Amino acid sequence: MDYAVILTNSLQAAFGPLAVFYALLALGLNIHFGYAGLLNFGQAGFAMLGAYSIAVMSTTYGLSLWIGVLAAIVSATIFALLLGIPTLRLRADYLAIVTIAAAEILNLVIRSPSSTPVTNGTRGISQFSQGFDAVAPWDTAARFDFFGIRYSGKDLWNMTVGWSLVALVCLLTWMLMRSPWGRVLKAIREDEDAARSLGKNVYLFKMQALILGGIIGALGGVMYAFNVTTAQPDAYQTSVTFFAYTVLILGGAARVFGPVVGAILFYFLLAFTENVLVQLTAGSDPLIPPEILTRSDAFQIRFIIVGIGLMLLLIFRPQGIFGDRREVSLDAR
Amino acid sequence: MLRRLVALLGLTFAALLTVLAGAAAAEGEQIVGTLASGASGPIEGVTVTVTTADGDEVGSDTTDENGRFEIDVPGAGDYVATIDAGDLPEGVTSSSAERPVTVGPNRAQRVAFALSDGSVGQGGGDTITVLQRFVEGLRFGLIIAITAIGLSLIFGTTGLTNFAHGELVAIGAAVAFIINVSFGVQLIWATLLAVVVGAAIGGLNDRLLWRPLRRRRTGLIAMLVISIGLSIVLRYVLLIQLGGGQQPYADYRGQRAEPYFGGIITLTDKDVASIILSVVVLVAVALMLQRTKIGKAMRAVADNRDLAASSGINVDRVILFVWMLGGALATFGGVLYGLSDQVAWDMGFRLLLLMFAGIILGGLGTAYGALVGSLIVGVFVQMSTLVIPDDLKNVGGLLLLIVILVVRPSGILGVRERVG
Repeated sequence: MDYAVILTNSLQAAFGPLAVFYALLALGLNIHFGYAGLLNFGQAGFAMLGAYSIAVMSTTYGLSLWIGVLAAIVSATIFALLLGIPTLRLRADYLAIVTIAAAEILNLVIRSPSSTPVTNGTRGISQFSQGFDAVAPWDTAARFDFFGIRYSGKDLWNMTVGWSLVALVCLLTWMLMRSPWGRVLKAIREDEDAARSLGKNVYLFKMQALILGGIIGALGGVMYAFNVTTAQPDAYQTSVTFFAYTVLILGGAARVFGPVVGAILFYFLLAFTENVLVQLTAGSDPLIPPEILTRSDAFQIRFIIVGIGLMLLLIFRPQGIFGDRREVSLDAR
Repeated sequence: MLRRLVALLGLTFAALLTVLAGAAAAEGEQIVGTLASGASGPIEGVTVTVTTADGDEVGSDTTDENGRFEIDVPGAGDYVATIDAGDLPEGVTSSSAERPVTVGPNRAQRVAFALSDGSVGQGGGDTITVLQRFVEGLRFGLIIAITAIGLSLIFGTTGLTNFAHGELVAIGAAVAFIINVSFGVQLIWATLLAVVVGAAIGGLNDRLLWRPLRRRRTGLIAMLVISIGLSIVLRYVLLIQLGGGQQPYADYRGQRAEPYFGGIITLTDKDVASIILSVVVLVAVALMLQRTKIGKAMRAVADNRDLAASSGINVDRVILFVWMLGGALATFGGVLYGLSDQVAWDMGFRLLLLMFAGIILGGLGTAYGALVGSLIVGVFVQMSTLVIPDDLKNVGGLLLLIVILVVRPSGILGVRERVG
């Protein structure tokens, strides 16, 4: 076992571009679930809209990346409206089922052969991120070393923009949640009827929260698409949403920095277990013989650990690391 | 509580290890597939050639008596599979003899060739296709119904929206698959064994996880998210066990579609058996709910839990029974689904959303609502292929779910009440 390699690899993942992606998804979910009590299980759909907006706008229609970002925001808003209009008046578990179904519809439509002219079906779209990499102030092909933790210049640029975006979203969330708007939102989460009896338009507030969180998720999708340089439907399956929930609950819902800490910790733990399992199964004489565990299985076991972690968190510490138990709304009303 | 949880984790882990012990077999990349058409059945003796994307030949195979072919490829990447159209029997044509295939690492990638034999719509035009699709939809709807009744009753009696119910279906199908293929037991006996295992898994679910959580007064939303965690765990255990591809059962492969009602519709024997068995099982469940003491108790608990408890019904026992019934039905539905669509690790999740569509359409929490709603969803999904492409058929079912929530959120058979 090479502990130094395991540690540096885990730290690399903890702050890497994927952690940015999940931090943004979870920040969006924090507005939905943490502050407004909305159980949105379609966050992968929002991220997919973001990624495909960038990809389609710049490759299929040859427009600039800023138009792509704008398209991401607009499409996320429309998706949120489509989701919210039928379901925001309904009970929490209905919203959960509808959002998961809507994200699935989106995925099926985008991967369908019928939409191939625009989305290139299951193969997805690539060759759209050069414009993003070109504005990096350093050489994106170079490698950079921070105390043994290595990033490519491309990843570093993605992380710089990504974590800045995360910081901005955190600031926005912090400002919003101490404003009157945020207090109404929290009031709705605590007692919808009470908020309504004070003359607040509950439906409108919920809708605004759904749109805002959705846009943050779409921006996460944009950053992810720049990182992997392709927009491909398999990358936005429902498990992405579930992982984002794990990140959110791990860090603590209804806390501004909860999702950020959650994402860093989540990726640290994920990379740590993967690296340990890989080392245990590597070489000609692995510590765990291949009859029990092969290398490809080691990759899947991470997901099993995530599932078990999610269950244990919800059972023993639903408020996560930083949350307040009284604030985490986990009861259907 | 902690002891139970440790027991549950221990159980999961033990299951994991047994699973892993049998997993190491499938290494290397392959392109596999089956050539068959409705009228001709499996097609033997067709040469399938695989080339790289640049046109270099990698390998070829001739289909066996089941219409199957498998070709080893040197590694993950993009390939093109071609069938020799001249080898096809008379009357069968292929609209696309060349298919691009992308093979992932260590995967046996399936490739399907679109074969047409003129059997659909033969001689009578559109009404025949409509009827054919309707009957196929009925078959599919009955499968959804069998699996959804358990889900609906679990919701009715405990309030839990169980996202892991799809995995009960997939585990059922997988258990039957392992007994059938690995141990060589005929599928009917394998199914019976699997149903017993499924009931046990359902019961264990309740005893080891959900009952302790109810005792702790865990919130319903928390339980919903816990069920998602459970579904992730189970789904990836299945992926490790079954691999990424789809596999058929050892029996009843490659059946020929026979004409029924004077050739208006064509069905394979297993389709007919699936429809008859589904109806028999559903009638049995309905009779049980209507006539037996435990059935009445189940409906009473679903209707009003506190009232049921105060009338002397042992609610915990009823819920345990609901879970066992749900597990058994999910397993049976899973086997039928595996018979028509093959066994795959993610089959449960594909069915789950349609189950939700069915029970919401019928009225959440009721047994008969789930039945009616599921039938409508199944028929709707199959009939929608008349107007939309086949790969988008599930979209229709999911849209139906959203529409019904706008129009009548309490469902067809549900009591009209405010649900928000």
